[in-house]
Amino acid sequence: MIATSTTELAVDVSSATVHYGPVLALDNASLALAQGTVCGLVGMNGSGKSTLFKTIMGQIKPDSGSVKIGGTDPLQARKSGMLAYVPQSEAVDWNFPISVRDVVMTGRYGQMGWSRRAKKKDHAAVNEALERVELTEYADRQIGQLSGGQKKRAFVARCIAQGASIMLLDEPFAGVDKRSEATITTLLREIADDGGSILISTHDLQALPQLADEAVLLMRKVLMHGAPEVVLQAENLALAFGLDPMKRDVS
Amino acid sequence: MNLLELLAEPLSYTFMIRALSVTVIASVLCAVLSCWLVLIGWSLMGDAVSHAVLPGVVLAYIVGAPFALGALIFGFLAVALIGGVRDTTKLKEDAAIGIVFTTLFSFGLVLISVTPSHIDLNHIIFGNLLGVSAEDLWQVLILGAVTFSILIFKRKDFTLYAFDQTHAHALGMNPRLIGAVLLGLLAMTSVVALQAVGVILVVAMLIIPGATAFLLTDKFSKMLIIAPALAASAGVLGVYVSYFLDASTGGMVVLAQGLIFTVVYLFSPRQGLIAAYIATKNRRKSLAAAS
Repeated sequence: MIATSTTELAVDVSSATVHYGPVLALDNASLALAQGTVCGLVGMNGSGKSTLFKTIMGQIKPDSGSVKIGGTDPLQARKSGMLAYVPQSEAVDWNFPISVRDVVMTGRYGQMGWSRRAKKKDHAAVNEALERVELTEYADRQIGQLSGGQKKRAFVARCIAQGASIMLLDEPFAGVDKRSEATITTLLREIADDGGSILISTHDLQALPQLADEAVLLMRKVLMHGAPEVVLQAENLALAFGLDPMKRDVS
Repeated sequence: MNLLELLAEPLSYTFMIRALSVTVIASVLCAVLSCWLVLIGWSLMGDAVSHAVLPGVVLAYIVGAPFALGALIFGFLAVALIGGVRDTTKLKEDAAIGIVFTTLFSFGLVLISVTPSHIDLNHIIFGNLLGVSAEDLWQVLILGAVTFSILIFKRKDFTLYAFDQTHAHALGMNPRLIGAVLLGLLAMTSVVALQAVGVILVVAMLIIPGATAFLLTDKFSKMLIIAPALAASAGVLGVYVSYFLDASTGGMVVLAQGLIFTVVYLFSPRQGLIAAYIATKNRRKSLAAAS
């Protein structure tokens, strides 16, 4: 049977095991993400969320197991521009002398020539992406002069300008107020409804049911993968966190 | 003698014209590179590589190879050793850098002391602007032009590397390769600049112009113009002042860069100390008026 591109999995990690020296970071973890779905990745610090992201991105080669992106080899997938990444706030140098527009323009680099000279279609794609995330009027600001939510939207705009079909977002709601969170949620839902596949690592369990189609519970291995309402039930979270993070009572 | 004649006087000497040419070329090249070094956080790496090329240059002299080749090899060797010491011990990077570059630099000093030579190799350490030969000038010109062209042609990749390596990786680029190319260009630049100010002061030219420009603008494209413009001015100023005061030329060039940085640090319209002080005072005043 020949699989057509429309039925290919967006992300297919199968039995990936990763060690950092003697430390086991991912233990036989498998994750299949279908096209057009939003998936929330939940787990405590050190549960292997970043390692799983890096494995999907191809920054880490698993000791065993395999990774396929859009049905093909990860490097080929990256070169075709289908994979995009929204970094965690702490990973960005917000003093960097670069404007919002220029950040979004870097999404187009894969489609440009050697000297990365922007052509008409690149400017058009950047303007459209900025419009889509409602940052047009802030386009010429230095990237650090945006609010927390606007900063996230700038990086989402970069994914849109890139034309990526698979987006990985690392803690997109950290340091973002509730209103911006709602804006970003709506935006990501629209992208998914257009066929984009989105994987989000998050601590924000309350927001997940509105945003995600499915959730994954990670504790070095994938403990559970299913509908958010099911995965986020207290007894399941206790497996991953060792306690119930939804309850805040003092015992 | 009027001012114009005074300024024209040094230009009647060939050695002064050569000194000025080398200074301007080296200053501009270092300044352009420094924009990335400052943003990546590679100031110490610039320090390390520019010192570590010394034994490479001396060995190249001994075997009659181009200086740039020796410098490249030892530049990369230094970076590899630093990475090796950092990754295989519990030492932090600054300690690894400190150990590697001082050892290589000392090796260079020892090599110089035992190498019989008709040119004074000590000039590599302190620079010898006033003794630049026509051949030196050609080497600086060619190396400088090649390095400068690569930097400018691939500037967007270097800037992306400085800003977001993960994104570069996600686009299927090879960030490690981009970093390696930049380090290679750093080693080449060191060779150009050590002609002017010597190994010890190269690091100043690799940090100060970019840092100064960064305080003046938040657009990278403007940094790439401001930094070389300031560095070239400091270079010309330094050479002239050293001529009239009969002072160390390399020293005066770097001193001029440092003074320009100080002025910018104090008076920069947005980030300067004085602007910040006035802003705080005005805020206090308006608060006091409101209450």
